[in-house]
Amino acid sequence: MPSWLNRSQLVLVAALLAAGLAQFFSNHLDSYVLSVAMGVGINIVLASSLNLINGFTGQFSLGHAGFMAVGAYTSAVLTGKLAAQLNPIFGGHIYLLFPFALVVGGLVAAVAGGLVGAPSLRLKGDYLAIVTLGFGEIIKVIFQNVEFVGGAKGLNAIPDYSNLFWVFGTTAITVYTVWALLNSTYGRGFLAVADDEISAEAMGLNTTRYKMVAFVVGAFFAGIAGGLFAHLNNSINPSGFDFNKSIEIVVMVILGGMGRHTGVILSAILLTVLTELLRQFGDYRMVIYSLLLIVLMILRPQGLMVWPFKNPLWFYLKAYWPFRMLARRPTS
Amino acid sequence: MTELLQQVINGLSLGAIYALIALGYTMVYGVLRFINFAHSDVFMLGAFTAFYSSRAMGRWGFASGGFLGGLLVLVISMAACAAVGILIERLAYRPLRKRSTLTVLITAIGVSLLLQNGGQMVFGVNPKAFPNIFPSQTFKLGGLVINSNQLVVLGVALALLTALHWIVQRTRIGTAMRAVSFNATAASLVGIDTNRIISFTFGLGSALAGAGGVLYGMNYPSIEPLMGNSPGLKAFIAAVLGGIGSLPGAALGGMVLGFVETGVSGTRWSTYRDAVAFAILIGILLFRPAGLLGRNRIEKV
Repeated sequence: MPSWLNRSQLVLVAALLAAGLAQFFSNHLDSYVLSVAMGVGINIVLASSLNLINGFTGQFSLGHAGFMAVGAYTSAVLTGKLAAQLNPIFGGHIYLLFPFALVVGGLVAAVAGGLVGAPSLRLKGDYLAIVTLGFGEIIKVIFQNVEFVGGAKGLNAIPDYSNLFWVFGTTAITVYTVWALLNSTYGRGFLAVADDEISAEAMGLNTTRYKMVAFVVGAFFAGIAGGLFAHLNNSINPSGFDFNKSIEIVVMVILGGMGRHTGVILSAILLTVLTELLRQFGDYRMVIYSLLLIVLMILRPQGLMVWPFKNPLWFYLKAYWPFRMLARRPTS
Repeated sequence: MTELLQQVINGLSLGAIYALIALGYTMVYGVLRFINFAHSDVFMLGAFTAFYSSRAMGRWGFASGGFLGGLLVLVISMAACAAVGILIERLAYRPLRKRSTLTVLITAIGVSLLLQNGGQMVFGVNPKAFPNIFPSQTFKLGGLVINSNQLVVLGVALALLTALHWIVQRTRIGTAMRAVSFNATAASLVGIDTNRIISFTFGLGSALAGAGGVLYGMNYPSIEPLMGNSPGLKAFIAAVLGGIGSLPGAALGGMVLGFVETGVSGTRWSTYRDAVAFAILIGILLFRPAGLLGRNRIEKV
C-alpha cells in the first residue's frame, strides 16, 4: 500500500472502481433491478448526509427534501433547458455535462443550506425542526410558482443520465466524506456539539460554525442526490419533495441509529428495498413508518441497526480490517 | 372600504379558529416543554367526529341542523378529542417523560403521521362535504356578506376562551396547571399529581382543538384527513408569535395570523400565503424568540 493512500481512501478508490465495474456489466441486469439499485444508492446519499446534521451534530432538520429539490431542479435545468448553451463549453465532451450539472446542483443546494442555516441554526430542538420544515415548504411553494421550471406540473423529459457508476460513485464519495470529516481532528467538534453544546462552547469551539458546516455539507450532498434522482426518474414535480419525503429520510436515519455510519447505510438499503417489495401495500407504508417511529423511540431510541450486533460472528469479524472501520463510532 | 371590512370579518373568524388550536400547543408546551405535533391531527379528528356524529344523529331522527343539535355535535367532538388527546399522552408521551427532547419530538411526529395516514385509511382520501350543523343564513349589510356560521364561530370561540380563562385562573385544577408549568418538581413536592395534571392539560387542549376542527369545518366545508397540516402549522406559528407558554399570547397570535392570512389572500400574492406565515415565524424566532407576550427564560448550565 503506497504511503500517500490510507486505508479509508483505499476503500473509497475500490468502491469507485466497483461502481465503474458494475456499470460495465449493467447491461446484463434487469432494468427494474437497476432502478431499485440506483434508488438504494440515492437514499444512502440522502440518509448519510442527513445523518451528518441530525445524527452526528445533533441538530434536527426536517427540510432535507427541500435541498434535494434545489439540486434536482438546478441540475435538470442545466441538462435540459440550458444544455444547448452549455455544450460548446465542454467542447463536444457531452458526458461531462452530467457531473457538471450534479456538482452545480449540489453547490446551489449548499448555498440554499447556508441561507437556511444562518438564521435557523440559532434555534434548538423543536424550533429548529419547525423552521427547517417551514423552509422546506417555502422552497416547495417557490418551485410551484416559478413558471420557468414548470410550476406545479414540474419538469418532464429529463435525460436519463443516472447510471450505476454515477450513483454509486456519489454514494462512495458521500459516505467517505462524512466518515473522513468526522474522523478528522476538526470533525470531533461535530460530536462535541451534539453531546453538549454548552460544554463545547466553553472548550472554545465555534459551535455555530460547526452547525453551519454540517448543514452546508449535508445540503450539498442532498442536492447531488436530488440531481441523481431527477435523472433517474426523468420527471420531477414540487410535491415530490414535500414533508413526507423529508420524513422518509429522517426515518432512515433514526432506524439506522442517529450518529452511526453503517447502521444508517443499512437502514437506507433495507427501507428502499422494503418499499419496493411492499409496493402493493403502498397505502400502509406511511402508517408502518409512523408506528415504527413511535415504537422505536419508546423501546429502542438508539436505532435498530446499531453496530455491533450481539452476534458472535460479528464479534469475531470486527477485529479485522475492513470491518473495523465499520464498527468504530468516533468517540469524542 | 367594504372590502376591507369584509376582510376584517373573515380574518376574525379564521383568527378565532387559529387561536383555539394555538391554545392547545401553548398549554402542552407550558407543562411538558415540547411541541405536540399531533395536535393538528386531533383538530382533524374533531372535524371528522362532527361529520360522523351529525350523520348518526340524523339517522336517529334527531335533527342536527338546529341550534341545540349543533351544540350537541360540538360537545361530542370536544369530548372525543379530549379522550384521544389523553390517550395519546398516556400511550406515546408518558413512557418518554425523562428522555431527551429529540426523542419526544420524533415520537410526536410519528403520532402525527400515524393519525394522518390512519385517518386516510379509515375515512378515505377523498374530501368530504361538511354538513350544516348550525342553521346557516347569509346576511347582506350594504356590500358586506356575513354568514351566520362566521358569527357562530366567533361566539363559540369567545365562549371557549372565557371558559378556559376561568378554568386556568379560578379553579383548583387550573391553579395546579399553572403550578406544574411554573415548576413541575416543586409542584409535585407540594402534593400535586403531575401526571394527572398533564393528562388534564392534554384533554383540555385537545377539546379546544376539536372545537376548532368543527368550527373550521363550518367555515371551509370540505374535510379530509390531511386538513390539519396547514391550520396546525399556522396555529403553531400563532402560539410562537404570541409567546409560547402564554395563553393570552396564543389568542392574540391566532388573531394576528388570521388577519395577515386573509390580508395576503386578498392580494395577487395569494399563492404565497403559507410562505408568508413561515416568514413571520422565522422573523419572530430571530428577533423576539420569546414572542409578543412571552417572557425570556435564561438557560442555566
